[in-house]
Amino acid sequence: MSLEAQIETLRSELSAAIAAADNEAALDAVRVGALGKKGSVSALLATLGSMAPEERKSAGPAINGLKNEIAGLIETRSGGLKAAALEARLAAETVDVTLPLKPAPTARGRIHPISQTIDEITAIFSDMGFSIAEGPDIETDYFNFTALNFPEGHPAREMHDTFFMKPGPDGVKKVLRTHTSPVQVRVMQKTNEKPAAPYITPAMDPPIRVVMPGRTYRNDSDQTHTPMFHQVEGLVIDKSSHIGQLRWVLEEFLKAFFEVPSVTLRFRPSFFPFTEPSMEVDVQCDRSGSEVKIGEGNDWLEILGCGMVHPNVIRNAGLDPDVYQGFAWGIGIDRIAMLKYGMPDLRAFFDADQRWLDHYGFRPLDLPTLFGGLSS
Amino acid sequence: MKFTLDWLKEHLETTASAEEIGKALTMIGLEVEGIESQGKALEAFVTAHVVSAEQHPNADKLRVCKVDAGTGELIDVVCGAPNARTGLKSVFAFPGTYIPGKDMTIGKGNIRGQVSNGMLCSNAELELSEDHDGIIELPEDAPIGMKYVDYAGMDGVVFDISITPNRGDATGVYGVARDLAAFGLGTLKSTDFSPVASKGKSPIAPLPHQFSADEPKAIRKFAGRYLKGIKNGPSPDWLQQRLRAVGLRPINTVVDITNLVSLGWGRPLHAYDADKVEGQMVLRNARGEAFDALDNKVYTLDETMTVIADDKGPLCLGGIMGGIRSGVTDETTNVFMECASWDPDLIAQSGRKTGIVSDARYRLERSVDPALTEPGMELATRLVLELCGGEPMEPATSGEDVFPDTVVEFPLSEVKRLTGLDVSADRIADILSRLGFAMDGTGPMRSVKVPSWRPDVTQKADLVEEVMRMVGVDNVPVEPLPRLTHVAPRMLTTIQNRRRIARRALAARGLDEAVTWSFISHEDATRFGGGSEDRQLANAIASDMTDMRPSLLPGLIAGARRNANRGFADVALFEVGQIFLSDQPEGQHTYASGVRTGTATLNGAGRHWSGKAEAVGVWDAKADLAAVLDALGVDIEKVQVLPEPASWSHPGRGGRIALGPKVTLGWFGELHPALSAELDIEGPVAAFEIDLDAIPEPRKKPTRTKPALDLSPFQPVSRDFAFVMDRGVSAASILKAARGADKALIKDVGIFDVFEGSHVGEGKKSVAIEVILQPKDKTLTDEEIDKVSAAVVAAVTKTTGGELRK
Repeated sequence: MSLEAQIETLRSELSAAIAAADNEAALDAVRVGALGKKGSVSALLATLGSMAPEERKSAGPAINGLKNEIAGLIETRSGGLKAAALEARLAAETVDVTLPLKPAPTARGRIHPISQTIDEITAIFSDMGFSIAEGPDIETDYFNFTALNFPEGHPAREMHDTFFMKPGPDGVKKVLRTHTSPVQVRVMQKTNEKPAAPYITPAMDPPIRVVMPGRTYRNDSDQTHTPMFHQVEGLVIDKSSHIGQLRWVLEEFLKAFFEVPSVTLRFRPSFFPFTEPSMEVDVQCDRSGSEVKIGEGNDWLEILGCGMVHPNVIRNAGLDPDVYQGFAWGIGIDRIAMLKYGMPDLRAFFDADQRWLDHYGFRPLDLPTLFGGLSS
Repeated sequence: MKFTLDWLKEHLETTASAEEIGKALTMIGLEVEGIESQGKALEAFVTAHVVSAEQHPNADKLRVCKVDAGTGELIDVVCGAPNARTGLKSVFAFPGTYIPGKDMTIGKGNIRGQVSNGMLCSNAELELSEDHDGIIELPEDAPIGMKYVDYAGMDGVVFDISITPNRGDATGVYGVARDLAAFGLGTLKSTDFSPVASKGKSPIAPLPHQFSADEPKAIRKFAGRYLKGIKNGPSPDWLQQRLRAVGLRPINTVVDITNLVSLGWGRPLHAYDADKVEGQMVLRNARGEAFDALDNKVYTLDETMTVIADDKGPLCLGGIMGGIRSGVTDETTNVFMECASWDPDLIAQSGRKTGIVSDARYRLERSVDPALTEPGMELATRLVLELCGGEPMEPATSGEDVFPDTVVEFPLSEVKRLTGLDVSADRIADILSRLGFAMDGTGPMRSVKVPSWRPDVTQKADLVEEVMRMVGVDNVPVEPLPRLTHVAPRMLTTIQNRRRIARRALAARGLDEAVTWSFISHEDATRFGGGSEDRQLANAIASDMTDMRPSLLPGLIAGARRNANRGFADVALFEVGQIFLSDQPEGQHTYASGVRTGTATLNGAGRHWSGKAEAVGVWDAKADLAAVLDALGVDIEKVQVLPEPASWSHPGRGGRIALGPKVTLGWFGELHPALSAELDIEGPVAAFEIDLDAIPEPRKKPTRTKPALDLSPFQPVSRDFAFVMDRGVSAASILKAARGADKALIKDVGIFDVFEGSHVGEGKKSVAIEVILQPKDKTLTDEEIDKVSAAVVAAVTKTTGGELRK
């Protein structure tokens, strides 16, 4: 067979084999069979050595041409096979991305509206330079009433529907605090003793600016009253704070809390034993729809009690009421939370109903701040 | 307190409208709770004519009436009243009208086969009186189809105001009028309190005060008046209407007069049927006697309560309520009127002890003007004579009133100091004098004498309030609170901030924050380590709210149970709140606790295509607890996990987290199956408790700078070992031993496999650990690695008594 015929035969055989190789291994076998040390093309190349120079001149390029052609075909085929393999793998790995995930833990857990509301209140008052003060839930009769100028046997005591504790070993008369006001006295009353527990805020020197959120208790239960509820008390004591500033603090607080551009407040003279003068405050609202809207409308809604700290209370705390003065207020946390977030029934707050918590609760990372907004 | 506009005008000369008066009342501190048309509830009732009334064919006691109610048609009405007769004018309710006395809405009906489209009404059905003997009979000339409230003159305005406990002086219409007059809304009309001439000696002598020196004595002054030969009976229409308008039931003229004076002047009175008094009337304290009070209840009166008694016992619980025995009836002809002055605190005390709520107690415990004792008695005398006739005998008066006669030294600058309000000296003087205060002096400091009806005013701040409420708080200029001159210091203490972080950390792990009651049942308290008497309420509101909670878990488990009962068994709940270890302030701790039930794990509850639903267990509880501690900056490496389960825990699936020998940070575990059964909750419950207050305050650092970061340029090396040891050996001890083998080189030790089975031996387990070595200054040689490995094996086998698996 002539060299040309040999080359032609090899070309057609190898081209067919390369085209037929359907995987890298088969292709490699073809490559070895053709271009390997003992391959058919290599064998043909080896014949060059025994050829006459004249013959080699024409045979050399022909055989090398075949070699290069086959090598090119193999490379091309290899590229095609790799692409096909990747294609096949990708197809095999394809998933249905519309399958639903399990909700992330952060998407399931909720913060109770009361905690959220306390955080909102905290954010607002921190801007006015207040700090948070705390006292115990089981209070002595002294701190809950006597120090706050509730005379023994006064009808005002009875209005509190107090829960009394059974007598304890120390014989001191104790109650569940009916308001957060006892913390006022604890904060003002200077003693040399360290607070009995680390959570109890130590007494401080004026000027004092504190807010006191916490649980409070009254022996009362109906649609709008629960035997346990939450209050936040505020106290400012210095040498000059007066009712004009009290009005400002409350207006600014309510505006910020309800996130409205303005609120209209109505101050009515009232009576609390621990403030003088005392006032109740109504906020203007719209009750025409199903929800109460603060900051608009023609209705009034009682929202808090306040006043100038009674001279007897200042005196009971060991300060001179002719030198020191200031104001205090108390707001129902549950109540303003209900108003702001449209929660109709107070009793549901304490039921731990997962459906309620999921609906009215707040996302774990919705942390109220002044820089990020109280609520999103 | 309720009163009508007409009644107010008896005491106040004014042209102000009801709306103006209402607004003024609220602004001066007598908060208006409602202004209503008196007949509001009866708007729908109309006058009607019974055109015919015939016997019902199927019922003896019923009549079938044709009624003309002014609609132009005759209406069929079946009526059971005995006085329903042809020609009668009465009061009719159309179908759809609410009948207050029956608490029902009348409909169209069929009564024993006869159509009935409405109702003819009795006084009782309209709640006008107790009279339900028959339907209302109107005069023959009454118009037809007119609103009954208009016809009956019940169209007056009724104010309902709330009186704060300090304002005893405003518990009568007269006192309200005095405040309004001071505010500038009219002129106070005077009342004739002048003495009424007597016709002879009183058959009842002034009451002796029989008290020993050490007894509580509620009575101060007792003014009595014997009125002979009166004619009692129903009081005149104007009086009945006035009382009804404010929700009082007319009884008879004398009793109605006592109510009129009580409500009108805030001066409670009592009237005795003098003929029912046996022997001598005296004032003394009770002696444990039973007392039949006018509210038809029997009370036992103790030695602290002052009574008016005769030879047979108490006639009246002083200042609170009269007795049935000497009650005045229509037949009474000789009456003894009482107007007395009492100690407010003792009245309040007796009132609380007996639980009696009466108009007299309400006023007397808020204190009543002591200057009105005898004038009140004269006023009552005059009214009885006017309405019932009779002859007044000499007053029978004993005892002494107490007048505080308070004088307050009042710097006028006090108004500005406390309110920020500029009020001129003249204006202050004018306001106070209108309110009855007498001011002395001319300079910046004045002496102010407090009137007898304002015992609540004792010091400067009280006077400031009087001025402020008359000027109007709304006129106080708003002034910003000065801002701090520096960036505010931290608002929250470490403890306060921890609670906030714990909440967010737990919510971020998929738990819902619950807020549960601070008080729980005694049984639950006892189950969780509480229940001591000092933590119990003396007056709990419900039997399952008696004890201050010693743990948050009972409340959370009860919450989970309620959710399960609603069909939601997979629940993750937590609470951050107070628990009570004693009744002392230091006994209150704030805990962060949580429960997971069903399949409510960190990965979410329920079945899912990505994997099967795992039941919650001890590891969920431990992970939650660790996450909170970590969020609070507690170095988890430094806390001890001890196999010492809480009392509520499964004994083999729970542990305690401690910091040294003294401090317990919390517990975690699965609820004990026996306790689950007692608490009626199905399936496993994973629970944890963290005592947030037990976490020590972080050490005060001299600098905020963090320690230098020392990064090794050499790769870490890892070696695995497996040991077989007794089942009871704790993982913590293995890890500790391995870590201790070479503290310089060993960076970390982890457990990557634990299993038990027959092939490792009965009572044995296999634990595989990975030890990571971190060279610091050169790459480790094989010899060095082998040396450390040998040290690890030696340390672990020595500590655990196990052996290396080959």
